Amino acid sequence: MTTPLPPRTPAEVDFPIERTEAEHVTRREFAKFLCLVSGGMAVGSGWVAVKDKIFPPFTFEGERFVCKVDDVAVGATHPFQLEGSKIPFILIRLTDGTFRAYEQKCTHLACAVYYSPDKNKIECPCHHGYFDANTGNVLAGPPPRPLPHLEVVIRGGDVYVREPEEKAS
Amino acid sequence: MTTTIFRTDQEFFLDPQRCIGCHACEMACAECETNGQLPMIHVDYVDRFLSPQTSVQVCMHCEDPACARVCPAVAIEKDEFGVVHSANTARCIACSNCVNACPFGVPRKIEPMDLMMKCNMCYDRTSAGKRPMCATVCPSGALFYGTREEMSRKRPQSTPVNTFRFGKETVKTRVNIMMPKGATELVVEA
Repeated sequence: MTTPLPPRTPAEVDFPIERTEAEHVTRREFAKFLCLVSGGMAVGSGWVAVKDKIFPPFTFEGERFVCKVDDVAVGATHPFQLEGSKIPFILIRLTDGTFRAYEQKCTHLACAVYYSPDKNKIECPCHHGYFDANTGNVLAGPPPRPLPHLEVVIRGGDVYVREPEEKAS
Repeated sequence: MTTTIFRTDQEFFLDPQRCIGCHACEMACAECETNGQLPMIHVDYVDRFLSPQTSVQVCMHCEDPACARVCPAVAIEKDEFGVVHSANTARCIACSNCVNACPFGVPRKIEPMDLMMKCNMCYDRTSAGKRPMCATVCPSGALFYGTREEMSRKRPQSTPVNTFRFGKETVKTRVNIMMPKGATELVVEA
């Protein structure tokens, strides 16, 4: 008599030749996917909160020496890092001769920003974000927050930075 | 999910005895660019030395397609209308398993493209409510695509059969073959 084709192997069950079966998402599969994704999101948010407690953001006490005033020409930029952190900072000498110190990481997606003296703006080349060179406030583009800044102190030809007062207090 | 207007009331009826070997179906099939302008229908000479009789073969669209069952890459899929599609070009690895497995000799490995290609019942046309190319050009009625009622009106002395027996193996297909009235199956090999 007739012999039907052999029963389907596990591989054939997983990869069916019936298009409707291959495209079908069962309620159980969908529920699993939903639980996995929302569970992942919950764990991720928890980790962000815990990480913030375990590793608090970098702060420092007092003043730190950066460079000599004469090392930075008007309109020029001096990159620096502070001991105990890997955050890149830039010291910029504005066209009016005053100094500003900002974090170099754009608040949008952490691209390196640069100072363009002809526009007197800090520019992020990744998505054309612009910051005010005087205050660090966002002028245009996607960045959500102003650039974090450090207070610059000039004492006897040396440039020092310290935590801004509103943050230190 | 794409919407189609596939006519589920229409079926393919094959009558190889009526084939006159004009190759019009091959020409019509090859006009289509979705199959690389190659004919996917085969016109075979039964015994060329003894007779001019030809026979025509389209994909029979088996209910349990052996070609798809043997494909290691799941490149061949059967859709909700029972159409067994040609190999998914992104998946086909040109292993020729399907070529060896098909009891009707339909799939062919196209060497220049390193790809299996076969008749898909002109899915681009049938899914839009049109008839397959070959069925629109056949002058002798060897290839007919339409409703079962139309067919019984045209061929009162014949019965459409979709069961084939190959020794111990029975294959049921979506495409029918015309047999003398009262036949229930085509025994290819007892």
